[in-house]
Amino acid sequence: MSKDQTLDDNRRQLLIATSVVGGAGVVAAAAPFVASLTPSDRAKAAGAPAEADVSKLAPGEMMTVEWRGQPVWILRRNEAMLATLEEVEPLLADPNSEKSIQPPYAKNRHRSIKPEYLVVVGICTHLGCSPTPKFAKGDASGISKDWLGGYLCPCHGSQFDLAARVFKSQPAPTNLTVPPHQYLTDTKILIGEDKA
Amino acid sequence: MTAKKGLLHWIDERFPLTSTIREHLTEYYAPKNFNFWYYFGSLALLVLVIQIVTGIFLVMHYKPDASLNASGIPVAFASVEYIMREVSGGWFIRYMHSTGASAFFIVVYLHMFRGLLYGSYRKPRELVWIFGVLIFLALMAEAFMGYLLPWGQMSYWGAQVIINLFSAIPVIGPDLSTVIRGDFVVSDATLNRFFSLHVIAVPLVLLLLVAAHIIALHEVGSNNPDGIEIKKKKDANGRPLDGIPFHPYYTVKDIVGVAGFLIVFFAVLFFMPEGGGYFLEYNNFIPADPMVTPPHIAPVWYFTPFYSILRAVTYPLFGIDAKFWGVVAMGAAVIIIAFLPWLDRSPVKSIRYKGPIYKTALTIFVISFFILGYLGVLPPTPGRTLVSQICSVLYFAFFLLMPWYSKIDPCKPEPERVTWK
Repeated sequence: MSKDQTLDDNRRQLLIATSVVGGAGVVAAAAPFVASLTPSDRAKAAGAPAEADVSKLAPGEMMTVEWRGQPVWILRRNEAMLATLEEVEPLLADPNSEKSIQPPYAKNRHRSIKPEYLVVVGICTHLGCSPTPKFAKGDASGISKDWLGGYLCPCHGSQFDLAARVFKSQPAPTNLTVPPHQYLTDTKILIGEDKA
Repeated sequence: MTAKKGLLHWIDERFPLTSTIREHLTEYYAPKNFNFWYYFGSLALLVLVIQIVTGIFLVMHYKPDASLNASGIPVAFASVEYIMREVSGGWFIRYMHSTGASAFFIVVYLHMFRGLLYGSYRKPRELVWIFGVLIFLALMAEAFMGYLLPWGQMSYWGAQVIINLFSAIPVIGPDLSTVIRGDFVVSDATLNRFFSLHVIAVPLVLLLLVAAHIIALHEVGSNNPDGIEIKKKKDANGRPLDGIPFHPYYTVKDIVGVAGFLIVFFAVLFFMPEGGGYFLEYNNFIPADPMVTPPHIAPVWYFTPFYSILRAVTYPLFGIDAKFWGVVAMGAAVIIIAFLPWLDRSPVKSIRYKGPIYKTALTIFVISFFILGYLGVLPPTPGRTLVSQICSVLYFAFFLLMPWYSKIDPCKPEPERVTWK
């Protein structure tokens, strides 16, 4: 800048003020675009509870119900299956479900309201794959000789017991999530809503 | 003739047509010693054009809709099958696009390897290299989002796993992955936004970056297999002694490359369009089912080296999950490539004059990259995880130790002028 040119402070301040106001306008205009990326009201409202009829479920069998676009498993455990839950506890990462997500009424060894029925979201807490049921014991499971039955995630190999509790040193950080649920009758389960 | 000249003159007074053609083609002097490795830049441009043209035609028939049709098949999946079976020539266009995706990565990986061989990233070509790395990043985003669109099992569960990676970021992670999906699970919202990004946003960025890459290259001039600057020796007219005009010399040479490439490309397209399950995975011919994960999921081959690095991180650090550090390692594995211009301290650029240390380092790097790629398509076992951990360390060592080993490497003297081999 040559010597005879001097800064006009008033103009410079006007320029700064205009830039700030303009910048605020740009930020304000960006807000609806960012907001449009978040789940829509319809997606938020899609959490309607799902009803499941377990009257035809035999002991030792599992069924899958869709709730909020995710698989929810209902496993009817037989006596032998329930007996394994105590036996595996020393091998589990979070046997008492301290770090895991479940309603208070499912924070117990069998992780359910009735010991017989396990209701759990079938999505691995690692990266969201759906684990595969591996109910056969021992070598027949294809996992190990000491396998007592449970679930195996096909993506990164996380293993869970028959109460969907994760074993130690697995990629999955916590047990599978138990959704809020309640019994409408002895054989009808409502998933997504509890009595509270 | 005068009318033609008159028209050109009229245009040139209003638009720099003749001067642009001169600057970038007829008077752009490229080194005369380009070899086989120099095909892949123009081939990458060719594949980009193939992808854009086939993409435009696919969008005319494809429907990004995850809802189920009357026969219980997702509309998006059904529309791809419709293109394959009922649209005239649809199978050809679709297979060109899907084969083109893999071809793009093959060509770009070879193009990048050329850079490693001849030191094409060194001063003054740092920005050419950085634009290139950004192109690679954009290409990965483009491929990832494109793979969701057929809405098959691998589309769905691949996206599920990769988007869930972001949820590992502390504090903002879970909300960030919800914003990426636009829903609490991978759903129609995710499919539609990936479609939008895949057909509009990322291609625009890609084209801008490619323009920047070429403009930067033409500003500094091309490197060559000898890694010496041809601009140092000029004739009386100021033209590099070892330079030849890009057009017609290299346009003609590149057409030979194009012919060779198209022979291979169409052989794949006609005789093995799924690429043996690597270009199009078999599980992706099953419609997306949010209730069931396929027994084995793996990314497409071009992502597997980086996916292996991600899986190789199994230790938590500073109280944050291992999966977060896996994401960091995977991101770092790509970003670190951009720092090569400053990591390489060798007095020479080309591998022809570099010493045994760099040659060994590059060999180990390439082998590690292939092993990581191979392990990435396999399900993990403790043994494989260990191998991928070793290879990940070797991958990063190539870059991080370069400032030291490139300095002590005994190099041969560079020639004064380019050589012919």
